[in-house]
Amino acid sequence: MTATERVTLFAGHYGSGKTNVAVNYAVALSRSGPTAIADLDIVNPYFRTKDAEKVLKENGIRLIASDYAESNVDLPALPADAYSLIDDRSVKAVIDVGGDDRGALALGRYAPGIKAENDYRMLLVVNMYRPLTSTPEDCAVIMRETQQAAGIDFTGIVNNSNLGEETTADDVLRSAEFANGLSKLTGLPVVMTAVEKSVAPRLEGRIENIFPIEVYVRQGIDR
Amino acid sequence: MKGNEALAEAAIMAGCRFYFGYPITPQTEIAAYMSKRMPKIGGTFLQAESEIAAINMVIGVASTGKRVMTSSSSPGISLKSEGLSYLAGCDLPALVVNCQRGGPGLGGIQPSQSDYFHATRGAGHGDFRMIVLAPSSVQEMVSLTFKGFDLADKYRMTSMILADGTVGQMMEPVSLDLGEVTDYEKPWATTGTEMKREHNIVNSLCLQPEELEDQNIARFARYAEIEKNEAMYESYRMDDADLCVVAFGIASRVAKNAVDTARANGVKVGMIRPVTLWPFPKDAIAAAADSCKAFVSVEMSMGQMIEDIELAERCRRPVLLCSRVGGMIPTERNILDTIEEARKTGGAE
Repeated sequence: MTATERVTLFAGHYGSGKTNVAVNYAVALSRSGPTAIADLDIVNPYFRTKDAEKVLKENGIRLIASDYAESNVDLPALPADAYSLIDDRSVKAVIDVGGDDRGALALGRYAPGIKAENDYRMLLVVNMYRPLTSTPEDCAVIMRETQQAAGIDFTGIVNNSNLGEETTADDVLRSAEFANGLSKLTGLPVVMTAVEKSVAPRLEGRIENIFPIEVYVRQGIDR
Repeated sequence: MKGNEALAEAAIMAGCRFYFGYPITPQTEIAAYMSKRMPKIGGTFLQAESEIAAINMVIGVASTGKRVMTSSSSPGISLKSEGLSYLAGCDLPALVVNCQRGGPGLGGIQPSQSDYFHATRGAGHGDFRMIVLAPSSVQEMVSLTFKGFDLADKYRMTSMILADGTVGQMMEPVSLDLGEVTDYEKPWATTGTEMKREHNIVNSLCLQPEELEDQNIARFARYAEIEKNEAMYESYRMDDADLCVVAFGIASRVAKNAVDTARANGVKVGMIRPVTLWPFPKDAIAAAADSCKAFVSVEMSMGQMIEDIELAERCRRPVLLCSRVGGMIPTERNILDTIEEARKTGGAE
């Protein structure tokens, strides 16, 4: 599932599951070499890559996050060492971009370096079960706004359609048509369908490019 | 859906076409969602220059009888306090959302329930009340928003959704099947006379003391009706309980787990979850005091609702406080410890 490009960027609508997909992707990448993940989400201080610090540490993944992440200081500050990801070409880099166009704006300052190296994938994470992104047309609007703000065009789609813990195999199957519709509309390939790992086996052979994921970033209230 | 988005969509479904607000964590998704949705449905989204400006814009639209809302989080709600008083003085319906964070002052950005007093007692100057609804799930962010608009129109007053950062930020599956919107006659609305009637005047200034007294008395007669008819609560495992946990909002989700664990260990404990904080479900608490030996108030404040429990049960039974503040959520362990303490204090089985 992991690609050969050195830098993989995940962006999309806020709440689409970017951060969780990015963490899972970094874990998968880390099996084949040094990996780092950067949290550039400066919009919502409630959910951060840092929430998954334990799993990142266990897998030897370097986390680059703002000094203010998880400090509850509501400051839109970027991590100072994010440039090292662009400069140090010996590591595989995963970049968790902020939600929507506002969040992606922060990527703009790193975009020239990423484009100059030209060894990246810019992936649009979509969840059709989220409001404002339930149709390919709505997603395409967010896609255009986001890439304009980011300064990097998308190269692929990650279908992360889910209903949280209540997601069934049928829910994922239903989303395939939506993802293909978005693919047709934008000309971008669906590079993976992220599925919670307990659901993934039931989709074997029914959907291409399944990426089984664990839910690392969440707030538990009920048991 | 995320709690804040679900709330915003429910407001639209309830017929709200005017939103005025100003960003503040952890409620900004409401404004963000409205900014995307309102233009598509012919509604108005306006990011005001301040919270105070936003609430005054709400007063303007409410005067015309249209459904209107604003939202903020604790420090921003303080700023709106003057406007909340004017809404009451003008007898205008509106929906105000407070997605609470820790205080006082700028406090923090993590969830809290410490604006209980503000919402149920001191939302502004003068004699007035607001209907206060406390959602404990994303589904209730939807259903209580729908209900809040309805009650606001029905009684010509402000409904406040007293949510918290957790309910606002968390995601849960949600049904948007809400039924029909009730249209209320609004003969008082300032919609233009077309030279066919006297002017309607919406105003909170009343310089004649006799008239102002009459207005206040009439308003409180309406409040008495609401106290009689609109108190909402959930009763959980109370049938044979001799201890009663009282919790609302997100704290009640943890409290429910604690009740189940304590029950599994043979403790006869139940829970009353106030859904309306004003009117407070006094009768349910008073009835619980007949059979329960003690109460446990679970709060994300230093103990504010505890006063309403004591008042409702006329201090017949001890009320113990289980509280976490500053953005902390009580753990099941915290609550179980207090239940154990209450069991000893109250002499329950």
